[in-house]
Amino acid sequence: MSDATSDTTAYRPPAPPGPLRDFWNSFRENRGAVIGLFVFALFLFIAIFAPLLAPYSPSEQFREHLLQPPAWSEGGNWRFPLGTDPLGRDMLSRLLHGARYSFFIGVVVVGVASFFGVTIGVIAGFAPRWLDTLIMRVMDIVLSFPSLLMALVLVAILGPSLINAMIAIAIVLQPHFVRLTRAAVMSERTKDYVTAARVAGAGRLRIMFRTVLPNCLAPIIVQAALSFSTAVLDAAALGFLGMGAQPPTPEWGTMLAEAREFILRAWWVVTFPGLCILITVLAINLMGDGLRDALDPKLKRS
Amino acid sequence: MTAPILQAEDLTRHYEIKAGFGKHAVVRALNGASFELTPGRTLAVVGESGCGKSTLARVVTMIEPPSGGAMRIGGNPIGAEGASRDRALRAMVQIVFQDPYGSLNPRQTIGQTLMEPLKLNRPEVSSAEREQRARDMLGMVGLRPEHFDRYPHMFSGGQRQRVAVARALMLDPKILVLDEPVSALDLSIQSQILNLLVDLQERLELAYLFISHDLSVVRHFADEVMVMYLGRPVEQGPKEDVFTNPRHPYTRALLSATPMADPRRKRNRIKLEGELPSPMSVPEGCPFNPRCWKATEACRKNFPDISGNTHRYACFHPVEPGEDGHPGAG
Repeated sequence: MSDATSDTTAYRPPAPPGPLRDFWNSFRENRGAVIGLFVFALFLFIAIFAPLLAPYSPSEQFREHLLQPPAWSEGGNWRFPLGTDPLGRDMLSRLLHGARYSFFIGVVVVGVASFFGVTIGVIAGFAPRWLDTLIMRVMDIVLSFPSLLMALVLVAILGPSLINAMIAIAIVLQPHFVRLTRAAVMSERTKDYVTAARVAGAGRLRIMFRTVLPNCLAPIIVQAALSFSTAVLDAAALGFLGMGAQPPTPEWGTMLAEAREFILRAWWVVTFPGLCILITVLAINLMGDGLRDALDPKLKRS
Repeated sequence: MTAPILQAEDLTRHYEIKAGFGKHAVVRALNGASFELTPGRTLAVVGESGCGKSTLARVVTMIEPPSGGAMRIGGNPIGAEGASRDRALRAMVQIVFQDPYGSLNPRQTIGQTLMEPLKLNRPEVSSAEREQRARDMLGMVGLRPEHFDRYPHMFSGGQRQRVAVARALMLDPKILVLDEPVSALDLSIQSQILNLLVDLQERLELAYLFISHDLSVVRHFADEVMVMYLGRPVEQGPKEDVFTNPRHPYTRALLSATPMADPRRKRNRIKLEGELPSPMSVPEGCPFNPRCWKATEACRKNFPDISGNTHRYACFHPVEPGEDGHPGAG
């Protein structure tokens, strides 16, 4: 792409476009991805500063304002811009704090799943045939269960709590990382630069994690971004089924579940958490698609 | 002549592959290669694709252990197994690959690529000194200092191959295996790289094992030539002897196929019948017998041992000097 730069400038060569700059240029082409990135940044900002942004504590109850509609509709009050829930808690504060949980779930689940998934994947990619087969068959077994069902079973065994739900989701997501990493490692490890590193005296571990792994990161990053939204969604689903975060935690899925019986009387108690989940997941998916376009040269538009 | 730095005797490399339903087949990728490498001189290995050239390169570089035979580097024997463990010995043989686009790690800057061998093999060298050596080496292969911090994708094929040569030289090796180092490059770049290699050989007294299928490059570059066919050396000797007076019919056919730039010269091209046999089922006797115009009953039964003093060849019916190709030539 910039072969000419090194020959044409004799005195002060301009800084060649770094990989980051290059990445941003191709990422920027995808408008949806940029919007997704901004929404995600907003989400991140809210998650970090929720206690400062929220007008009330998420668990503070206002007994005289039960199920108050949003400010703009009839009977609303600007004290509670998005209304209150059946226990008189401010919806806006709860939703803002809910972002914290969702973000926390996403980061921890993706972190755990990708750490173990990538490590196992690299090992499988370099392992002798029997070990590789063993690892991949175990992963196939995990993958063959519907993911939410598997997570449900795991939570049922471990006991319902947010931490256990995160562990369960991480276990369910991790085979995807294993497969992806293994495939990338296998195509990368036969290349000459790996052999060259071996001739230069690099040991097995160094070749696995220092030479090969950095060249396999692109699809893994994309998978991590897309898994983030799956994690948020699955955690909300588990919360909704009563297997995830327990009330009074202002987790979006749990909020949905609590408000289920008021769905006809008070539309706002179910709509807003649902919208939050929708927007977050959509934004992350858009961003993930953009990441894939920018990072994966095979899918790059020419 | 100086003492040889590497002596290989009867080097063999077999691969076992699965042939379906539990059956195993053995591919004899390399079968009984014996040769010597001398400081300051070049041994070229030529042959069609699939003749075991690259396998030879991998065995000599100790990327793969030989299945049989013996190799000594600077007098130290390299066993079938323990070979790769000895770092000092390993550092003496380095390799330059054919494809400069695949042989450099795309995530490492040129500087990191050059410093890696030192970091791994000479931990006693300080990081400042390491960087200095890498920068010196960059100059030695004809690259500029500002290339140090760049990534491989910013370079052309020829520049990348210079980087690959520089990396191979970082550990002060005595032997450089060049696995078709120029065949992926433009013709004009090829000569630049070849000149660089000649220059480096003179300065550093390197022994080259030069693998190629381009006979005109070999003619220009080599001191000695080894011709291989289906994993076996069929003829080897000083370049002049092999090129002007090929004794093995295969060498003769190979030489007659070199394109020549002079249209008026009469071409005595020998066309070989048939295909290169699969290395899984090498013909009995002399591996060349199904395609050879001189083959007799003896060739189908026995393998002719390679014999001769300096100019060695493996053939029962060597081509006599001045003999004119085979009946179909013309």
